[in-house]
Parts: sequence; structure tokens; C-alpha cells
Amino acid sequence: MSYLHWAIVAPLFLSIFIPIFYKVFRRIHTGWFVLPLPILLFVYFLSFLPVTMSGKTMMESMNWIPSLGINFTAKVDGLGLLFSLLITGIGALVVLYSIYYLAKDKEKLNQFYVYLLLFMGAMLGVVLSDNLIVLYAFWELTSFSSFLLIGYWYEREKSRYGAQKSMLITVFGGLAMLGGIILLYIMTGTFSVTEVISQANEIFNHALFVPALICILLGAFTKSAQFPFYIWLPDAMEAPTPVSSYLHSATMVKAGIYLVARFTPVFGEHSLWFWLVSGVGILTLIWGSIFAVKQTDLKAILAFSTVSQLGLIMSLLGVGAAALHYEFLDDNIFTVAVTAAVFHLINHATFKGSLFMAAGIVDHETGTRDIRKLGGLMHFMPITFTISIIGTFSMAGIPPFNGFLSKEMFFTAMVHVIEMDIFNLETLGILFPVFAWIASIFTFVYSMILVFRTFTGKYQPEKLDKKPHEAPIGMLISPVILVSLVIIFGFFPNLLSHSLISPAMASILPSLLGPGEEFMVHISFWHGFTIELFMTLGVVILGIILYKTHSKWKKIYQAIPDKLALNRFYDSLLEGVQLGSHKLTKSYMNGSIRSYLVYIFAFFIFILAATLIGKNAFKLDTSNVSAIGVYEVVLAIFVVVGSISILFVKSRMTSIILLGAVGYTVSLFYVLFRAPDLALTQLVIETISVALFLVCFYHLPKLRKFETRMRFRLTNALISVGVGAMVTLIALSAHSNKLFDSISKYYVENTYTEAAGKNMVNVILVDFRGFDTLFEITVLAIASLGIFGMIKLRLNRRKEG
Amino acid sequence: MRKTNNIILETAIKVLLFMIVLYSVYIFTAGHYYPGGGFIGGLMTAGAIVLLLIAYDIKTVAKILPINYRILTSIGLLFAIGTSAGAIVFNVPFLTHAFGDIQLPILGELSLHTATLFDLGVYFVVVGVTMTIIQTIGEDE
Repeated sequence: MSYLHWAIVAPLFLSIFIPIFYKVFRRIHTGWFVLPLPILLFVYFLSFLPVTMSGKTMMESMNWIPSLGINFTAKVDGLGLLFSLLITGIGALVVLYSIYYLAKDKEKLNQFYVYLLLFMGAMLGVVLSDNLIVLYAFWELTSFSSFLLIGYWYEREKSRYGAQKSMLITVFGGLAMLGGIILLYIMTGTFSVTEVISQANEIFNHALFVPALICILLGAFTKSAQFPFYIWLPDAMEAPTPVSSYLHSATMVKAGIYLVARFTPVFGEHSLWFWLVSGVGILTLIWGSIFAVKQTDLKAILAFSTVSQLGLIMSLLGVGAAALHYEFLDDNIFTVAVTAAVFHLINHATFKGSLFMAAGIVDHETGTRDIRKLGGLMHFMPITFTISIIGTFSMAGIPPFNGFLSKEMFFTAMVHVIEMDIFNLETLGILFPVFAWIASIFTFVYSMILVFRTFTGKYQPEKLDKKPHEAPIGMLISPVILVSLVIIFGFFPNLLSHSLISPAMASILPSLLGPGEEFMVHISFWHGFTIELFMTLGVVILGIILYKTHSKWKKIYQAIPDKLALNRFYDSLLEGVQLGSHKLTKSYMNGSIRSYLVYIFAFFIFILAATLIGKNAFKLDTSNVSAIGVYEVVLAIFVVVGSISILFVKSRMTSIILLGAVGYTVSLFYVLFRAPDLALTQLVIETISVALFLVCFYHLPKLRKFETRMRFRLTNALISVGVGAMVTLIALSAHSNKLFDSISKYYVENTYTEAAGKNMVNVILVDFRGFDTLFEITVLAIASLGIFGMIKLRLNRRKEG
Repeated sequence: MRKTNNIILETAIKVLLFMIVLYSVYIFTAGHYYPGGGFIGGLMTAGAIVLLLIAYDIKTVAKILPINYRILTSIGLLFAIGTSAGAIVFNVPFLTHAFGDIQLPILGELSLHTATLFDLGVYFVVVGVTMTIIQTIGEDE
């Protein structure tokens, strides 16, 4: 194992020791033991910057299951490093924040940090694995640890609901992704992402290419809360706020973004990829932003806002994939979409993390997150207010914060879509900038609601449980660091362009780069009076108007959303599936043995008839049929008449005697067909079983001793006739299809010479095939012990007595 | 328990019992050469005991034949598995029988076969099983 492997699994290892720290050092907040690790990892990953900046990647492989091509291969390239830095950096800040957020003596801290560390390790594994199966394993671990974190306050009904919902949806996507991985393996014969990318051109026309593409995208869309799978994210807000800020804004929801970015070199050139990624992305963007305005809970607004921003990044990645169609890098205007995606990814992590933390502070200090109860907190919490206002302004895309820059680039990319001459974009392309612009207006509106409804306006102390005051300093450190990053990246965006953005772009669009080349990324504040600037102006003006008139038009929401809400669909789907399967099971598992026998025999008839007809197997060959004598005919008539009359007699006694008669006739058949051993045994056994039947008959309960004839049922008749006919047909064809001679000749020849016996039947039973006999007598012994046990062991009666 | 006078039945059975047992032993021992064997022999012996049960009652029969039939079943199984597994000791596959003519002091030359021991196991199991079933059902109230 290399250092890189240790770095990935270090959080998993530390999680083993957390409960020990928790038990031994009761007086120290467990979070302090966790905090050094993400800091250390952050510094460690920073040391990779020179490697990726020079366009190189770092690969370390460790054998896991080499025979299946599954090895723990860790690969650090621009994209992986960007995500690792986000995970460890924000992870450290979140741990610090949680130390002050979660009380030492009230919360189950050992569990919290174990889950959090599991998640951190899993997330590092996802972004740094080159092997798809390992990636999938870590992917599911993020789902599970996220499930555990959402259900952290498991005594609350809503936490459990949210955890279950996110689990169902993300695991559904995860399994689809596994399907995609397997399809890719079938096409390329490798699990390595690097090798899959190198074979991308060969598999482009493969029949499995599109199914693999859809499966992978399902995984990405469910994880990244894209339309229509976003519904788990607002319910995941029941998790503690540090979790929401870490998992559900900065890291886990970006795993899908990572996946899309990672697979862009493989699938990017396909038109379906463009349409799905950018189309679903832009739909999610506008949907999320419109519904965020409706919410009244701070975290719910942030959740819908996250959904919307993820849609933005997704649509940028989709448009960026179109760049692969244009070979020349120098004037390839579409790479700006990828730049914007990567840049916004970083920006979103910074401002959304800080906003969640600010919302957590408000919740922590006032006892509510409902914006209808909040207001006028500006004077009580000036620092939180500052943090929030910077975060929201950046989210709304107002200069001079970093959100403005990424929003400008987003508009640039969307406007360029009109210029595309592929995939019918000459006509439909106009939708992209229009949707983007409308979504941005709504983003502006909910951003304003978020900050001004909470911090300005009328202070309503009577609605608050606690007297609000500023948060402790420890809780403020993390959001302050994040908003300073918002400002720093806003003013000096090119700090990142060479070190992080360009290498990440090189991983997303490797085919556009020649050897030694790199993407020249330059982000500038001022780029002249372009259409993007006017779009932003329009966003701000319309946004302000809409915000001011919000109270007048918000009633529209009451009419629309309930019908369009996908939650209702999800709930009824879940209920319907449960109810449906319950009904289905109940309909055929009705507890009556008769029905089960009907199923078994009907299936028996069906499958045998289908085989006989399908394989054309029926054959009738009379060449080796023996002559039929008069004795056989008489005995056969006896058996037939006996068996049939059993069905029609009224008394049970008569049927028992008829059954005995049939049995004795069978033993006569044995005599006739020269099987004395069988005849003897059959005779005695028949006697014993008739005696046992009589015992049963004698002990029938008096109450229900109706002497009635068997009722006629058409199903029963059809099925019995069918089974009889089937068995007859098969016996006839089997007899007509003798493929080779019997092996009985060997027994005839060797019974005396090899086994010193003259009774062949007995010699076969005890010598040639004595093994069967050994276990048949075991069966008898078990049967007798069973009867003994059933009769003697009467636990119920003893209890009653 | 015994109310009726069954003197004819009881006397007849005293005679018949030995004939049936003898016949069942004959059928068992002749099994390797003529129809019969452990299974039918065992059933017939059990039939003889059942006749006793019909003539007398369960307690009397238990006094005449103080046999625990479940133990008889296990002895039978041990015989069968013993003869089968014994072959392994002589470095031949499981269930390989040995036979041959052996000179014994009093009886003279005899043709002996380990398959008979196996069959004896079958015989004991069948007697044990049949009697266990009939006895338990009979004792049940």
C-alpha cells in the first residue's frame, strides 16, 4: 500500500478508534480527535498540486482481486485532486463547526463521527479510484453513510423517512450504475477508467453503448439530485446541519457531477449524452429555483437551491461535452462551459457550505428555521448576517463575489449553445439561454428572501423559543473561512485557474489537448458590454421587482406545486408497490393447500406439454411392445375400476378397502411380471398401510364425520386428467425412444461370480447398490422416530394440563 | 383389560407364532439365493409380534419381549453402517463386501458373506421401525 492508499482509507481506520476515544476521554469533545485528520489529508493532497499542474497524473495500484481485474488503483489527476481538496478542506471545516454545534453531553458523538469519517473515506475513494468496481464500492459506502447520517436522530419520524427515501433513490441509481459498469466491462474488457477512456472511440458504435450511457447517467442523476430524483434532498435536511452542509451541499451530491465529468471523455460525443446531461441539468436548474422560492424553511430553501445549482453545473458539463465535436482548441468556444462548471463547482461548495452553517447558527440560537417566525436578527447576529449576505449575494450572482463570475461564464456558455450547429441546436438551442435566464431570476429572488426575511424586517420575539444572540466564536470560524474564500475567489479568480481549473479541465476533455498543451483559463471581471452583462442586469432588475412583489404573487404557488410535486408521486408509488405486492401475494398465497397443488400441477402440465410440443418429442413406437395376455387385461381392469370407483364412493371405509384392493392387485401384477420380492413386500406393506388408514378413519372427529361424496370441481377434473394424460404421453414417448440397451445384463452375468448370490434383486439391494439401502433404512428409522416424537411429545397438552 | 375369553386365538397363536418366526428367519437367510431378504423377513417377524399384540395386550407383550424397538432400530443402523464402513479398514472402497467358504469347527464348510450382516441390519431396522410405529399408535389414547 502506498501513501496514497493510506490517505484514502485513513478516515475508515480512524473511525475504528473513535468509540474508544469517546469512551476514554469523556471530557474532551470527540470532534477534536477527528479534526487533525482532514487537515493533514488536505495538506497531503495540496502536495499533489505541482504534479497535476504539469499535466501529469499519479497512479498507484494495489492488488485486490487480480484474477477478476479488480484492483484498488488510486489515480490522482486534476479532477480527482480538485474533489479531494474539496472533501478534505470542507470536511475539516465541518468537523470544526460540528464541535461547537453538537453538544458533548446530549448527542451520541461517537456514532456521529464514525459515520462522518466513513463518509469522508468513501468519498475520497470515489473520486480517487481508477477501478470502476472499487469506485462502485465506495459509491455505495457514501450512500450508506449518508443514510446513517440523515437518520442520526433516529427517534424522529421525519429523519427515518428522509433516510429511507435517500437510501432507496441513491441505491437505485447506484445499482443502475453498477449495471453500466458491467456493460462497459463487456464492451472494453477492463474495469480501469483510464483504459475505458482510451477505448472510447472503439465502443462508440457498440450496441451496448447507449444502455451503458443511460445506466451511468441514472447513477449520476440520482446521486446528484437531478430531476426527477431530486426529491430525496429536501427530506435529507432532517440531518444535523453540519451533515447537510458537508454531504448535501458540498460533497456527496457532487459525486454525480464527478461521475458525469469523469465519463465525459467516454460518452461525451454522443448526442444522447448532450441532451440528457444538459437537458436534465437545465430542467433541474429551473425547477429547483422556482420551488425554492416557495419554501419557508431555511434549510429547505437551501436544499432546493442546491438542487438548482447542481442542475446548473450538470447542464454546463453537458454543453461542455459538445466541445468534443470541435477539434480545434484555439477557437473552441465551448470549453468555456467546462471552465464554468469546474469554477462553479468550487464556488458552490464555498458559498453553500457557509450558508448552511449560517442557517445552522440561526437554528441553534433561535430554535427555529421557519422564515415566517424569523426577522430582524441583524442586530443580534451581525457576523452571521455578514456571512449570510456574502453567501447569498454570491449565490445570486452579484458582483464582486465569485458567484457573479461563474454566473457570467454560465451565461456565456448558454449563449454559445445557440451557435452550435449539431443536434438540431440551431432551433432548439434558444431554449437554453432563456431557461438559464429565468432560473437565474428565481435564484436571485430566493437568495434575497433567504437573507432579508431572516435578518431584516420586524423582530418577532414572541414566536421564538430562545432569546437570540450571536453564536460562539468556534461556530463562526468555519463559515468565516468559507466566505473569505468566496471573496478571495471573487477578486482573484485566477488564483485557481492555473492550479485547479485547468488540470481538472484536462481530465474532463483530454482528447482536445495535444502533448504538452494545457487549457488557458482566464477569468476576468470585466469583459466589455456583452450580452451576458445585460442578462445579469436583467436578472437583478427583474429579481428586485419580483422580490418586492413577492407577497402578491406567491399565492400562485398554492395552486400549482401540489399537483406537480414529485413527492406525492414517490409516496404513492411506494405505497402502491407495497399494497400491490401485498395484494398480489395475498391473491395467490391464500393458504389453501388445494390451490398450491393446483399451481404445481398446472405448471407441471404446462411445462411438460410445452416441452413435448416445442421439442417435437412425442413419438409412438410399437416395435418393442410385448404381447398382452388375458391376465394382464383382467388385472388392469381391476386396477382401473378400483381406482375410479374410489372417486365416486360415498363412504370413506369403502374407499380405504378399494385402495387396499388396488394395492393387492398391484402385488398380483408383480407376481405376473415375475417379481417375487416385490410381490411379497407389496403385500405386507399394503396390509400395514390399510391398517393404518383404518386407524385414522376410526379416530376421525365425530363432529365432522359427514359421509359425503367428493364434490365435483371442474379445475380439479381438468388438472387430474391433464396430469394423467401428460404422464401417459411421456411414458409412451420415453418407451419409444430407447436410445441404448439396459445395463441389467451386467447384473445377470455377475450376480453369482462377483457377489456370490443368486437372488439378483437382493444382491443389487445389499451389494451392488447397497448405498441406497443404507439410506432407505435411515429414512424408515427417521419416520418411526418422527411418529414416536409426534405422539409422545405433546408440549401444548402439558401446558394446558 | 381382558374381558373376553380368547382361548382359541391364544392357543392358535402359540403354535402359529413359531411357524411365522421360523418362516421369516428362513426368508431372511435365504434372501441371497431365493426371494426374500432382510426387508420382508423383518416385516414378517414384526407381523408375528403384531399377532401377539392382537391376542394379548401391549403390557403382556412388553413383558414377554422386553425389547426397546428404538434401540433395535439403531442397532440395525449400526450393523449396516458398520459392515459398510468396515470395508475401509481393509483398504477397499466403502461397502465392498467379502465372501468365501470358511471351515468352521462344528458346522463344517460354510459359505459366508458380509452382505448378510448388512441385511441383518436391514432386518433389525425394519422390525424396530414397524414395531415402534404400531406400539406408539397403540399406546396412544
